[in-house]
Amino acid sequence: MSQSIAAGPFAHDRSSVDRIMLQVCLALVPATLFGLVMFGWPAINLWIITCASALATEAACLHLMGQPQRRLLDGSALLTGWLLAISLPPWAPWWIGVGGSVFAIGIGKQLYGGIGQNIFNPAMLARVALLIAFPLHMTTWALPAPLFSAGAPGFLEGLSITFGGMPLTDSMVGATALGNLKTELTLNHTADEILSKSFSFWSAFFGTTAGSMAETSEFLLLLGGGWLIAKKIIHWEIPVSMLLAVFVMGVIAQQANPAGYPGGFYHLASGGLIMGALFIATDPVTSPVSRTGRLIFGVGCGVLVYLIRTWGNFPEAVAFAVLFMNALTPLIDRYWRPRAYGRNARGKPLVAAKWTSQVKEVDKV
Amino acid sequence: MFNLVRRIQGGVHPDARKDLSVGPEIAYLPVPERLYLPLRQHAGAEALPLVKVGDLVLKGQLLAASPSEVSAPIHAPSSGRIVEIGPILAPHPSGLNVNGIVLECDGEDRWIELDVPADPFSLSPQVLAERVAQAGVVGLGGAIFPAAVKLKQGTRHEIKTVIINGSECEPYLTTDDRLMRERAAEIVEGARLIQHILRAYSIVIAIEDNKPEALEAMKAASAHHGAIEVMAIPALYPMGSAKQLIFEVTGREVPAGGRSTDVGVLVHNVGTAYAIQQALRYGKPLISRVVTVSGSCVKNPANLEVLIGTPAQTLMDACGGLIGKPAQFMLGGPMMGTVVPSLQIPVIKGATGLLALSEDELPRKDVSPCIRCSRCVDACPMGLTPLEMAVHARADDLDSAGESGLRDCILCGCCSYVCPAHIPLVQYFQYAKGKQDERRGTERKNSYIKQQTEARAARLAEEEAAKAAAKAAKKAAAAKPKKEVES
Amino acid sequence: MIMATLALALMGVLLGAALGFAARYFAVTDENPMIKEIEQLLPGGQCGQCGVPGCGAAAVGMVEGTLPVTCCPPGGMGLAEKLATLLGVTLDAGEMAAPRLARVEANECIGCTRCYKACPTDAIVGASGQLHCVLLDACTGCGKCVDVCPEDCIDLVAQEPSLDTWRWSKPQAA
Repeated sequence: MSQSIAAGPFAHDRSSVDRIMLQVCLALVPATLFGLVMFGWPAINLWIITCASALATEAACLHLMGQPQRRLLDGSALLTGWLLAISLPPWAPWWIGVGGSVFAIGIGKQLYGGIGQNIFNPAMLARVALLIAFPLHMTTWALPAPLFSAGAPGFLEGLSITFGGMPLTDSMVGATALGNLKTELTLNHTADEILSKSFSFWSAFFGTTAGSMAETSEFLLLLGGGWLIAKKIIHWEIPVSMLLAVFVMGVIAQQANPAGYPGGFYHLASGGLIMGALFIATDPVTSPVSRTGRLIFGVGCGVLVYLIRTWGNFPEAVAFAVLFMNALTPLIDRYWRPRAYGRNARGKPLVAAKWTSQVKEVDKV
Repeated sequence: MFNLVRRIQGGVHPDARKDLSVGPEIAYLPVPERLYLPLRQHAGAEALPLVKVGDLVLKGQLLAASPSEVSAPIHAPSSGRIVEIGPILAPHPSGLNVNGIVLECDGEDRWIELDVPADPFSLSPQVLAERVAQAGVVGLGGAIFPAAVKLKQGTRHEIKTVIINGSECEPYLTTDDRLMRERAAEIVEGARLIQHILRAYSIVIAIEDNKPEALEAMKAASAHHGAIEVMAIPALYPMGSAKQLIFEVTGREVPAGGRSTDVGVLVHNVGTAYAIQQALRYGKPLISRVVTVSGSCVKNPANLEVLIGTPAQTLMDACGGLIGKPAQFMLGGPMMGTVVPSLQIPVIKGATGLLALSEDELPRKDVSPCIRCSRCVDACPMGLTPLEMAVHARADDLDSAGESGLRDCILCGCCSYVCPAHIPLVQYFQYAKGKQDERRGTERKNSYIKQQTEARAARLAEEEAAKAAAKAAKKAAAAKPKKEVES
Repeated sequence: MIMATLALALMGVLLGAALGFAARYFAVTDENPMIKEIEQLLPGGQCGQCGVPGCGAAAVGMVEGTLPVTCCPPGGMGLAEKLATLLGVTLDAGEMAAPRLARVEANECIGCTRCYKACPTDAIVGASGQLHCVLLDACTGCGKCVDVCPEDCIDLVAQEPSLDTWRWSKPQAA
């Protein structure tokens, strides 16, 4: 019999960090598979190389920090690499993926002190760094060329696109809806004109458009994210408040000036918003811990996404919005704590009802 | 009446494992050879022994008296001879000793003459509360707070509701469940006596909805008493915690730093209600209790009515002994129970259960860093932020830990239960609260020492002054006659 | 360019002069108020276990840095932590000495009354010809009684852990 003086409780649910990470990866599988099939061999190559280099960087950092290599198995590095990969342009060269992974894991996560210590979402940090350093490569969007379909690159051609630096012809690439809208608005076309020519809600929703590797199919992402919320692996507050904020702002703007602004549904179905709301902003390490905190965080992200998309320089804004709110998370956590039992929202003890705390006359026997 | 909407926040659903021990009826354990009675089996001051080694005592005889208000007396659970008064192994994780009385039983189990009242309901609340105090009744749900002290609150506060706690939310434990099924009438009478003492308006008997037979039995027993409501509450850990129970039953929260009387409620465990009834109806002191013996290392888990002070080994033998290799012994439930070093410890008043757990029943121990998933925040029934408190506790920053929630923590263990990184959250809080106790003790001692030093300095100064005054007086007295002679 | 340089140089000279003036004429020469504050926190038993005569000297030593904040065994870890926060130093928990309290060996005591007269906190009770006994609650372990006892029957002993003093130890970190 063990003689160690351990304290209770001697019961535990079956949760563990690797289970959580694995379940998030599972939720990403439908959208990822769709994206890999939609964009063919180059996408597959990029996804593999990005995830592999994330794991390799993590292994190297763990070794340098003197931590056990079994931490590699907790799935967090794999998830970060996966999220980064699927937010990249699918036919990007291999060094974009590798460089991004090394930056995400090495600087975005391990340099802050390892898992649980980073302030910013590592995948988004890397994506923003790549976007600013290599704007051309990061905005060259391949048109969908489903695997094994006519005209899609074969296995060898895929290798040369990803690893061989083969230049992409004009017939292979196209603009995303967000990118197209921004450029056309500057040419003084009205929003509804532009949208009627280039945007179809359902094809955007189901994902048969140009875009990041796996951010295109909002439908499959919603399925995966919805499953995560149902299993209580992520909290509902951030996705709901973020999407609602964007939607409401979009609707209001469109009602105010239909010529200048696209509507709420357009925003929901384009770019990385759904993916950002369900998988990026909900990263537990960088988001607040209380319900009110998460709602504020989500609304903040949503507002920022809308503002940057509409009036900012960049067509896509999710990464910037999330990073900005990540910086505010410690502040949100400090001022919006959950209400403790027996205290009011400010933390002062509740006042006992007067009639119950009256001292009674002691009965005479 | 079912509560469809759960009001309390947080809480967890551990594997109940009640099916192991809930089947058989309560069995009576025969009188053991020796009984080991620690002098402190209650919250408060240690009881003072009234007997000497060699004394012959009868069953129910007073062995040790309460030295103060917040304390409880100890009575002889059986007749026999006192063989030792001194250190005995304490049922405590440290393996240290505690002062206690060892009673060698003569096997005859002869009762002392008891003072049986004709009708307890005709006595005044003061007299009844005093009788409960003299019977040594303490909270049998595990808190072991002297019941009489709670009952005397009825004279100072208006108590609207008495809640009889039949939740039994800890896994493995089924003692309250069986007690309610088999002794419902006595528990109801105990509840009514408590109501009478407190002059309370109503009684609510709260039972978790995973005990349908107990609910039926208590409903039947209380059917013809108007002011008693039997309420089914959702089965959740820690529903049996007083603060959570009060909120679930009445919708009112006990203010932080306050007591349940601040919201007009007092809570008593069903076992305590039964003990109060036995004390007031039959004059019997608290000398036995029902204990659940369970765990996968027990051959035949069951509920046993045992005399206080029975060695745990005796209970285990009565349940067929151990099978396999137990990794841990516990008194109480697995969430908040006391780890005990071996089975050589006595069963005390607060022992709701005796568990022999195997390695499989214990959670794995490798700790990894916090990923701020906030499942602990979701699970905390007090609405605190355990992840933040643990960071402060680990840095030994007790003031920040207190402010971020440690001062309200009830040490229920829900946070440790859900943490995916297996961080020992509640263990950090137990450590931090221990340090706070230690610090308070040292501060008290320091201010006492300061007082003593100043008092001594004052006394010496006074003595000096008195000496000087006496000297001066002597001088004056010596000078006076001289003057008189001169003039 | 020249004007900018001259302007900045002039500002520098003026501000420097102002600082020098303040340093000379507004200097705080009174005793550091922290010394008084720390002395208030110390037990005041003047036991000398810290190695300097009296709590006042200990307070001075701690402020000057010649004494560590863990120098006071009667104050315990609680006091050490408070002092560490006040003085802004880090606390090395291992440095604390365990408290030792006096104990009179009953068989050897002759009832001479010298020890209780020497005790600064009146922690020893007794009378002439009667057995002397130490009240642990008031004893600081200063050792004055040990020095004066003619029979050498008082010792300073480390306290045995009891159920009242036992506490949970810190869990292992990740």
